[in-house]
Amino acid sequence: MPLHQAHDDRDLIGTPVSHITTLDCRDGIPESVWSQLCAGDAVELTARVLTLRDASAARLVNALERDQPPPVSLAGEILYAVGPSPAKPGQVIGSAGPTTTERMARYLPALFRAGVRGVIGKGELHGGDVEAFSSHGAIYFAAIGGLGALLAKQISAASVLAYDDLGPEALYALHLVAFPVVVIIDRAGRNFHEAARAQWRTKS
Amino acid sequence: MPAVRDIDVSVLRDAVSRLLVEANYTIPPDVLDALRAGFAREESPLGRRTLEQLIRNYEVAAVERLPVCQDSGVAVIFLEVGQDVHWIGGALRDAIDAGVRDGVASGYLRKSVTADPTRRLKMAGDGGPGVVHLDLVPGDSVRLTVASKGFGGENMSALRMLVPADGVPGIIDFVVDTVERAGANACPPVIVGVGIGGTFEGAALSSKRAAFRPLTIRHSRADVRDLECDLLDRVNALGIGPQGLGGRVTALAVNIELLPTHIAGLPVAVNLGCHSTRRMTIEI
Repeated sequence: MPLHQAHDDRDLIGTPVSHITTLDCRDGIPESVWSQLCAGDAVELTARVLTLRDASAARLVNALERDQPPPVSLAGEILYAVGPSPAKPGQVIGSAGPTTTERMARYLPALFRAGVRGVIGKGELHGGDVEAFSSHGAIYFAAIGGLGALLAKQISAASVLAYDDLGPEALYALHLVAFPVVVIIDRAGRNFHEAARAQWRTKS
Repeated sequence: MPAVRDIDVSVLRDAVSRLLVEANYTIPPDVLDALRAGFAREESPLGRRTLEQLIRNYEVAAVERLPVCQDSGVAVIFLEVGQDVHWIGGALRDAIDAGVRDGVASGYLRKSVTADPTRRLKMAGDGGPGVVHLDLVPGDSVRLTVASKGFGGENMSALRMLVPADGVPGIIDFVVDTVERAGANACPPVIVGVGIGGTFEGAALSSKRAAFRPLTIRHSRADVRDLECDLLDRVNALGIGPQGLGGRVTALAVNIELLPTHIAGLPVAVNLGCHSTRRMTIEI
């Protein structure tokens, strides 16, 4: 069952957040919605995205730094930090939850300069990494780590575009459908992980 | 004198393969119970939504037989071998690694291990080898635990050589600081494995054992149980919450293991386990 239909009559009653923003990028990023996204917004994203991993990011940025064309244009693209499991027969893709973005943070400024507009991953970014987003007007979305089996159901197509030899770290194009994410760093440079921690911290 | 029991290594190979797959499809009941209990007390809306999604993920993965997480991790094998067991049919270590590779392939698990950590050699991964911890114990049976250790939590783990003057307050500060610095990266709610004492490597291994100890088991010493509870309260007061989205449930448990140590030392290791803590144990 798709995740976005999960709030049914099971005994674990969901606690829907007050509002979920629909972000449909199939015909390009809708600027009116994009510019309004705020840190902490729950979003269901429908988009074709490119995957980002330690090995593929290193290769991409190595090409960019040598003024070689990357194997795929990054202009206007959203990247998803993921290294999927192999697909079982009949599956589009195996488990496909996010990996830790911070490991690839050093590559992001070059990727933003090449036109990347958003990154989906998991985990914290601080200091200069946050500034790299805000100075390029890019948005950082977190998907839920450890949600691999369910998130795979929100991917309708997967194909390897480049670096096939890297196996799970190859550069894939994935079609995400109503893929649940939360805005962590918005265009104003607000950092939701830090704000949420401050809000829920118990003073001792 | 007790008779020696022959066990063919192929029995171990097949068990490792089977347990690795099952552990990756099925979250242990104690972890699932702790997530449900966390859902019941979480107050933050995004935290509740996240816990609900995680519980649903684990239910779906078990029914549809899918890896709960794409990071099926490094296979960590704990083997307690009775000293009256005699392995036949091949090399024990080869059989374990063959079991890991077979489980990764047959279970459609990601090949998450690179043979060359320097990345200078281009080597296609095959899912193995595993990391093996072997103990000899009395008797003629074998206790096998197969665990999958993802690297979200592993990368945020830490070890510090404290000194005796740091004492329990130093231990508390180091554990809380490690969880705080890990934040969302370790995939909270986390399971905090703490190894106190021993040597440099002894503390690290005992923190790993602690991270994979069932959550229903508390330490046998009352004052250490109290320390586990105190640390859990302090960690949950950090406000990190499920997946770092804010909330009350940052950890499901703090498990402590103690080892005797040098009179001049106080090694403390913190091994963070994500909520997808996967382990399975059988007796052979």
